[in-house]
Amino acid sequence: MIISSVIYDGSWTGLLSVVFEIYERKLDTVKIFRNTECQSFLFGETLTVISDETTALRVWKGLARKLSSSGVRNIYCCFLSELTGIEDSIVSYIQLVFSTKDSVEKAFTYSCVLRLNQVGKMVHREKHRMEAFVRFKLTRDYIYYAKIEPDFNVLPLILQHFKNRYADQKWIIYDLKRSYGLYYDLNVVEEITFDFHRSVSQNQNVFEESEITYQNLWKDYFKNINIPSRKNTALHIKHIPLRYWKHLIEK
Amino acid sequence: MSERIREKLAILADAAKYDVSCSSSGSKRKNHNKGLGDASNGICHTYTEDGRCVSLLKILLTNFCIYDCAYCVTRKSNDIKRVAFTVQEVVDLTINFYRRNYIEGLFLSSGIFKNADYTMERLVQVAKKLRLEHKFNGYIHLKSIPGASDELMFEAGLYADRLSINIEMPTENGLKLLAPDKDRKDMIKPMNYLKDQIILHKDQKKLIKSTPIFAPAGQSTQMIIGATNETDQEIMLAADKFYKGFNLKRVYYSGFVPISNDKRLPVLGSNVPMLRENRLYQTDWLMRLYGFKVQELLNDQNPHLDLDIDPKLSWALRNLNQFPMDINRVDLQLILRVPGIGLQSARKIIEARKFQKLNWEHLKKIGIAVNRAKYFITCNSRSFESRDLSAMKIKQFILSGSSGKYIKNNPQQLNLF
Repeated sequence: MIISSVIYDGSWTGLLSVVFEIYERKLDTVKIFRNTECQSFLFGETLTVISDETTALRVWKGLARKLSSSGVRNIYCCFLSELTGIEDSIVSYIQLVFSTKDSVEKAFTYSCVLRLNQVGKMVHREKHRMEAFVRFKLTRDYIYYAKIEPDFNVLPLILQHFKNRYADQKWIIYDLKRSYGLYYDLNVVEEITFDFHRSVSQNQNVFEESEITYQNLWKDYFKNINIPSRKNTALHIKHIPLRYWKHLIEK
Repeated sequence: MSERIREKLAILADAAKYDVSCSSSGSKRKNHNKGLGDASNGICHTYTEDGRCVSLLKILLTNFCIYDCAYCVTRKSNDIKRVAFTVQEVVDLTINFYRRNYIEGLFLSSGIFKNADYTMERLVQVAKKLRLEHKFNGYIHLKSIPGASDELMFEAGLYADRLSINIEMPTENGLKLLAPDKDRKDMIKPMNYLKDQIILHKDQKKLIKSTPIFAPAGQSTQMIIGATNETDQEIMLAADKFYKGFNLKRVYYSGFVPISNDKRLPVLGSNVPMLRENRLYQTDWLMRLYGFKVQELLNDQNPHLDLDIDPKLSWALRNLNQFPMDINRVDLQLILRVPGIGLQSARKIIEARKFQKLNWEHLKKIGIAVNRAKYFITCNSRSFESRDLSAMKIKQFILSGSSGKYIKNNPQQLNLF
């Protein structure tokens, strides 16, 4: 029977391994699913690909030879979007890249090129939003703590930004949706998965004394720089969609 | 103690909000000393309810002022509470807001107390303290005080990323009318000095790597729109002069918000000219990024911008002889002149057409506004606008098919032909 769908573990390495398998087994059009997605409706043969660092690296290096660095990065960004079916677009894009001699990065008339360009932009926008909307609170043990719920899995993308910026303070950014976070200890950034946020949000005493003062000052500032005679709610919401308000101190 | 600061912040933020600039990009200050922050790219951390971006902590050092400019809330004759921050208070606020990721940096302006140098010196002190004592690498925008000495302006340039001085009124006559104690010359002088220093430092840096960065994000200015009766042509010519003469990064246009019963000004309660402001910014963009000359967009026959359509469209309608263009052939500079095609789409078109001739479907997917562009271009498709339409007709078609800002803002004025 012909293999019509591929299942992988949802990791980046996993997806690159899938690409390798598709070439190795000379598979035709297949649909790709994460092992967390519902697959009960599948027809035809299913192949489960196990993540493999070596094959993944081979694909990665191959891409790096054919694409610009921003082009390679864009594929990774699209993967982080976690959108349903994005793997299929990524794979057709990679197939297109390997099958043509010239660079196809800007060939927007191919639907997969345009799709990756657009999704990449969406992810980039979310990354930029998180760089803007993260709000740290200072805890008693002098760690600046922030929780986020981004649409896409952008923590890997914002890591460097926050590491550069807050080089002299300890900080944690925790993704509530995906239950993991980043912790910077003044030297390196580590991934953390423990349930830190629960202990923080339930105990009001964890925050430093001055924390509330600065939050109030920020709220005052936000209120006072508004010009009521120029009120423009539509524009306001366009810039800060409602779903982000929850974690913004000023809202 | 914190109550007192809260009161000061409320007053001094409120007084600073009419300064439009909130840009925090254009600097290349890196966090090289394991200090706090970097000013590499601009970020808007939040937006006010009027839809403006909040990127910097924008405050006055004090609202005491010796001047009596009619358009300004902190004018001497206005009966309001006067307060002043200490240098340390501004530093603490900036650092603590920055550490919580509320802001990209500080925009410090001030009312003028005692004299220009005395005020400028305090502003410089804040920046110096942030940079040297707190290893702060975030963005700092300082206001240049008209009439401040070259020595102080030099020091300001060493610590600030951007400096700005507001020319306030587009014309000298306007300034004389509303701010009789102010002199255009006092504003031009520091602007000129900084321009020369910025160029000098840039040139030197090419030869000597250790040359300190000097106001890396350049200078900007701002003028008030609609307080006096300048034409759009006068405003944009003034802006053009400043862009060219002083290498300004930006000119900001601030629609006048009526604040007093002064006979020289629009009455209290009259509308802020937001749409006009928007059209001026569009013109500004066309000048800076799209290769238009001011004279093409505004001239003696057309001293005012159309409010109902954008300036590029109205230029195109006056110059129909230049259209239609073949989107698959003409170069970037010409594509940029087509209504409904922006910078990004224009670049995408250039890239995409290398692979394949583009048709309407492609153009739509790339993201151009086909409803406007279709009257001005042809592409790889049999269907195109073949009727010989007059400018009036095209305008009518475009307006009837859109729900633009004009219609939203002027429901009563909707009166097409």
